[in-house]
Amino acid sequence: MAVRLRAVNISTETRLSTGTVATRRLGALAIVMLTVLAVLALIISPEDVNQGSTVRIMYVHVPTIWVAYMAFILTAVCSATYLSGRNRSLGWDRVAGASAEIGVLFVALSLLTGSLWGRITWGTYWVWDARLTSTAFLFITYIGYLAVRRLDGTQRQRARRSSVLALLAVLEIPLVHFSVRLWRSLHQEASVATGGTDVELDDLMLFSLFFGLAAFSVLFVWLLLHRQRMLYLEDAMSSQGLDAAIEARRKEAVR
Amino acid sequence: MEHASFIIGSWVVTALAVGVYAGWIIKRGRDLARRSSDKDFPWT
Repeated sequence: MAVRLRAVNISTETRLSTGTVATRRLGALAIVMLTVLAVLALIISPEDVNQGSTVRIMYVHVPTIWVAYMAFILTAVCSATYLSGRNRSLGWDRVAGASAEIGVLFVALSLLTGSLWGRITWGTYWVWDARLTSTAFLFITYIGYLAVRRLDGTQRQRARRSSVLALLAVLEIPLVHFSVRLWRSLHQEASVATGGTDVELDDLMLFSLFFGLAAFSVLFVWLLLHRQRMLYLEDAMSSQGLDAAIEARRKEAVR
Repeated sequence: MEHASFIIGSWVVTALAVGVYAGWIIKRGRDLARRSSDKDFPWT
């Protein structure tokens, strides 16, 4: 009986939240993977010949900017789909908005962890270097994108405005990524995605790095699913509130 | 471990920020779902 009651409670809780069985499993997988990553990065993985133990910051710094890039590219893809589609579903806009918000969080974390690494390696938290400056500009651009989403107007107006902005903002990503090659930069060039086959990284370090990318990608998907469902509920409540207000005005007019 | 405060600090800051954001998403999602008059969501 107790088991049955608990099952009913879980079912009701699932219905009255943004979670499902699949997201719960995904969340659990993200926690396990991130825990393994922490052990790999902080304990098992060897120190770097040049950087020493400072390389341990890279296992969190690189995945955060990876998630930010992925999030902003997804925002652009969803925005393009919304603008080009015959059936302009607001679902695309909600995924775009949710993805951009997560991207902003992760680019902020990338700047923060990068500045901690810079303090040890360069002796300063910040320099107006091409990579750092362009990343800060990317961060500010997407703060602007989120601000535009909060402007007054209908949900369709919000979707149209923000979609256009997302397609412009995404052009900054290649600029950020290739800034270390385009300009003289203090920031190191890519160690893995060099275009060649000779990766100068220890096997365990390389595994930890790729495991980190996978763990943070799972985390991103989990956050995205919940955040876009939250936006769905916000939009639904906003529409209901508007319908109720129109109904109230109609009743007033009849009186 | 050399520079332990910076290394652990970068991990702790990331974990805290993601944890707080995830917690906010879950809590706000639950609040909105409970307040919503329509209880049939596309994901249920």
